[in-house]
Amino acid sequence: MTQSQPITAAASGPRSRRSRAERLGRALKKAPASAHLGLVIIVAYLTVAILAPVIAPHGEAQVFAQPFAPWSAEHWLGTDQIGRDILSRLIYGARNTIGIALATTFLAFLIGGGLGLAAAIGRGWLDQLLSRAVDVLMAIPSLIFALMLLSIFGASSLNLILIIAVIDSTRVFRLTRSVAVSVAVMDYVEAARLRGEGLGWVMRREILPNILPPVVAEFGLRFCFVFLTIASLSFLGVGIQPPSADWGSMVRETAQLIQFAQYDLKAALTPLIPAAAIALITVGVNYVVDWFLHTASGLRDDV
Amino acid sequence: MSDTDILLKIRSLEVEGHSESGWSPIIRGVDLTLRRGEVLGLIGESGAGKSTLGLAAMGFARPGCRITAGSVEFDGIDLVRASEPEKRRLWGTRLTYVAQSAAASFNPAQRLIDQTIAASVREGLRTGADAAADARALYGSLMLPEPATIGRRYPHQVSGGQLQRVMTAMAISPRPNLVVFDEPTTALDVTTQVEVLLAMRKAVREHGAAAIYITHDLAVVAQMADRIKVLRHGAEVEEAPTREMLAAPKEDYTRSLWSVRLLNKPARASEDAVLTVEGVDAAYGTATVLDDVSIRLPRGRTVAIVGESGSGKSTTARVVTGLLPPRTGVVRFNGAVLPPALAARSKDQLRRIQMIYQMADTAMNPRQTVEEIIGRPLTFYHGLRGAALERRVVDLLDQIELPAHFIDRLPSELSGGQKQRICIARALAAEPDVIICDEVTSALDQIVQENILKLLMRLQEDQGLSYLFITHDIATVEAIADEIVVMHKGHVVEQGGKDQVLAPPHPDYTRLLLSSVPEMDPDWLTRISEARGLG
Repeated sequence: MTQSQPITAAASGPRSRRSRAERLGRALKKAPASAHLGLVIIVAYLTVAILAPVIAPHGEAQVFAQPFAPWSAEHWLGTDQIGRDILSRLIYGARNTIGIALATTFLAFLIGGGLGLAAAIGRGWLDQLLSRAVDVLMAIPSLIFALMLLSIFGASSLNLILIIAVIDSTRVFRLTRSVAVSVAVMDYVEAARLRGEGLGWVMRREILPNILPPVVAEFGLRFCFVFLTIASLSFLGVGIQPPSADWGSMVRETAQLIQFAQYDLKAALTPLIPAAAIALITVGVNYVVDWFLHTASGLRDDV
Repeated sequence: MSDTDILLKIRSLEVEGHSESGWSPIIRGVDLTLRRGEVLGLIGESGAGKSTLGLAAMGFARPGCRITAGSVEFDGIDLVRASEPEKRRLWGTRLTYVAQSAAASFNPAQRLIDQTIAASVREGLRTGADAAADARALYGSLMLPEPATIGRRYPHQVSGGQLQRVMTAMAISPRPNLVVFDEPTTALDVTTQVEVLLAMRKAVREHGAAAIYITHDLAVVAQMADRIKVLRHGAEVEEAPTREMLAAPKEDYTRSLWSVRLLNKPARASEDAVLTVEGVDAAYGTATVLDDVSIRLPRGRTVAIVGESGSGKSTTARVVTGLLPPRTGVVRFNGAVLPPALAARSKDQLRRIQMIYQMADTAMNPRQTVEEIIGRPLTFYHGLRGAALERRVVDLLDQIELPAHFIDRLPSELSGGQKQRICIARALAAEPDVIICDEVTSALDQIVQENILKLLMRLQEDQGLSYLFITHDIATVEAIADEIVVMHKGHVVEQGGKDQVLAPPHPDYTRLLLSSVPEMDPDWLTRISEARGLG
């Protein structure tokens, strides 16, 4: 321990802190191969989604003369039941499906996470009210509930996002509340309240960073489930509406091709391709989440 | 001394612990010899390797530790080379252990008596009924209330002091040859500590067990041990019979272990009160915790609030800070009444009363750096940002005697004493008039305690701070207080100048509290047990 010597900021020299970008670079270098693979998958999907109009050989809803055309140089993956190019629809589908799933998941975390934190800090009647409301919502089978609401309000993309987000936010609420409760009783939260900090600061700066690992893990999982829910709803016909392309409905529309496996193996693979696209993104997201959890558990490993 | 007399022989023992930077030594070649029925005290600051040595005496290495060299011979059995099943048969029967936190060591889902006799029954030393009858007799001799039925309770249904005595009964129940006590009274307040110490000493003496008693409190170990061994950085500093060591320690380091007890600030009076608590009643729900409490804090002085746990000390702090609005009564600050609830107080009122907590670990957000922790009140109350903020943080670090490069550290990269210093800096950053210190030194070693207390006193001199100092430790009170408030069961027993309160005659409760503070005298425990008829 140094005895009192006057230390000025200038004399203390340059700080050893690294910039955010540098730290990210170092973390990436140390990341395991699975995390790299996950990142590559996600970046590839995002690129495809953003650049869809440039990459796709044909329009999203452009109809060609021959329905169920086999794989060819013109239509690499053939055409669907009304003659739309499957590759193009697959590429546009990334846009719709990922965009809606991401928006839905973010919204679910905003609602569920925000209310969960508020319930954990406020306790008392607010907690009771929110928790019981969530219990009621969770008691209804979510897919059937979503189907019902969508048929009442109409199957627009906006309704789809709102309804799935609200239903999914119940799980996020449960998780956030339970992990935040144990952080909310810490002395540093009390210290922040004694300082006079508002609810927003306590939530964002004192509690959120300390519950981030389980919440981010849940984000990865939720994203995949939302993806699957949208795909299921689309498969049932109330999800993303035609002519917008989406992987769930593409599976449904071309499902019958599987029966022709003995005549044309490639055509039979067609419905499996959008399904594989869904599977691959979920795997990629979870690799990245696993890596994050691993690094977050050590608080800081670049010392 | 014949060889059959020797129960435990440790020779040049070395233990290593694993950390991120690889294996590093914890115990560096320690010898230890223990005769049958003898009690050895192990003492040192935290990190000295006391617990590791105590566990190694049982042939046990904690996860992440390994015994790399030396021998541990227990009654002719080489515990370093013994197989796991062999050691398992000894543990809990011939070698037993009493842990620091009884609450964390009991299985919450099993009845006390089942846990007390588990080891004896498992090894077939006794039948269940026989062992249970013996356990009830032990409960009685350890002065537990209702010895016949207390064993049917679950751990959460008895107090901390009672649980610690049940654990002692558990350790004695199989009639072991050696009991290792690992800081068994550190978590208890002084009045409870006396009862537990007496019970443990009695149990060990009556049943002729040898014991290793680990603690950082020399006054406590003086009551228990025949011989004392002082450890530092994993090596022995000195070893001597208890009376010899207390009378004439050979090493300066040994003397520094009780230096905090020698601090004694002359009390100063002051007429001008910065903070007064007037006739406060407070309750949690319907349970009244404070009953007509009045306390006066003179400006630039330190008022110590003492009392055992549950006496309402911390609740008083919660009333002052506004966390718990009182049912009746007021808190005045500089003569003006403070709004009872936190939410109704202005930013400036909040700034002027700061708080420092007992557990620095939980008082700092583990995700924030020192700069963020100290810097937040600077930004929040004084609007400092950027370079000005950083300069002020460095300046505050200097005031608490930490170097400027600590600014980027996370709490997990600080020692216990450094953490408490950062908490002090956070309180100073607000530029308060009053700091409430809630048991700020009780989780720290004696040497670190002394440094923190000296720092607090220097800051008081420099900045005219007033402290409301909550503690159960009388040595701390002597070191820092100008005035003392004695609390018991939500009442103020007395308030007055330090010299007046500490000098007789005392009200009954003050006398009990004062006489419960362990003294550096091996006969102290015997003396007070006779005085109180606890024998």
